[in-house]
Amino acid sequence: MKSAVIVFPGSNRERDVARALQLVSGREPALLWHADTALPAGTDLVVLPGGFSYGDYLRCGAIAAHAPIMEAVRDHVRRGGLVIGICNGFQILCETGLLPGVLLRNSGLRFICRDVHLRIERSDTPFTRGYNAGQVIRVPVAHGEGNYFAHPATIARLEAEGRVLFRYTAPDGALDPRHNVNGATNAIAGVLSEKLNVLGLMPHPENHVDPAVGSTDGRGLFAGLVAHFAAAA
Amino acid sequence: MKARVTVTLKTGVLDPQGKAIEGALATLGVTGVASVRQGKVFDIELDAADPGRARAALEDAADKLLANTIIENYRVEVLE
Repeated sequence: MKSAVIVFPGSNRERDVARALQLVSGREPALLWHADTALPAGTDLVVLPGGFSYGDYLRCGAIAAHAPIMEAVRDHVRRGGLVIGICNGFQILCETGLLPGVLLRNSGLRFICRDVHLRIERSDTPFTRGYNAGQVIRVPVAHGEGNYFAHPATIARLEAEGRVLFRYTAPDGALDPRHNVNGATNAIAGVLSEKLNVLGLMPHPENHVDPAVGSTDGRGLFAGLVAHFAAAA
Repeated sequence: MKARVTVTLKTGVLDPQGKAIEGALATLGVTGVASVRQGKVFDIELDAADPGRARAALEDAADKLLANTIIENYRVEVLE
């Protein structure tokens, strides 16, 4: 699996993502600068990492959405290539229009930095083939604007088309408002694009890939992608 | 030519920052405030001499960048 991680001014999770990709795929990802205009030939997966691109000026992700590299990312998506936006990366994908909706300020106003439980809603996607549908994983979140919002008709469509991939739940997988940490509509933590090749999620699976930190629940995402590309080759 | 673009949250979109400001005003003893909704103001200077063209450029700017029209409305005023 050949991957590329995009670095914007203010990104700060690119090394976490690069390390997770290296650890699980055995291959060093390319780190690309926002001002670059092309992805390395043969790139399978593009990751937009977390952080505070452009200092969250205007709205989270709004300026990064128009960075020069994003045209190449759009082309990659048009060709059916896979893209993951994590945290600020998710906000950027929403601002580009590659994913529907927007991430609002957390309903409780506070920045939240802690582990959460996510229910995997389906396992038949390249991003979740390393998990079982209904499985609950524990991964961290670290965000102030993660409250997923979209027009009710858009939410209905996402639900009907099975494009909600991750939800905030209790440890046993039950929906519970107390575990919907940021007040997201329908406890949505991650969504897919119409062609299921673009994923945006607020939590950080890349931080739970090493037993040294106490959990490897995030590994399945990267391992599943490696298996996906190995099967396609 | 001077212009102003005002961006406000659509009705029904949760505005926790407005709520926090509302709470702070009450704490400060400012009475009679029923509710607060916060937004953004952009003061923009344009080279254009034609107000119609200026307005079109500003609407383009608001649609593409200044506002996220999923959650925000905007108003364009050409001031002089």
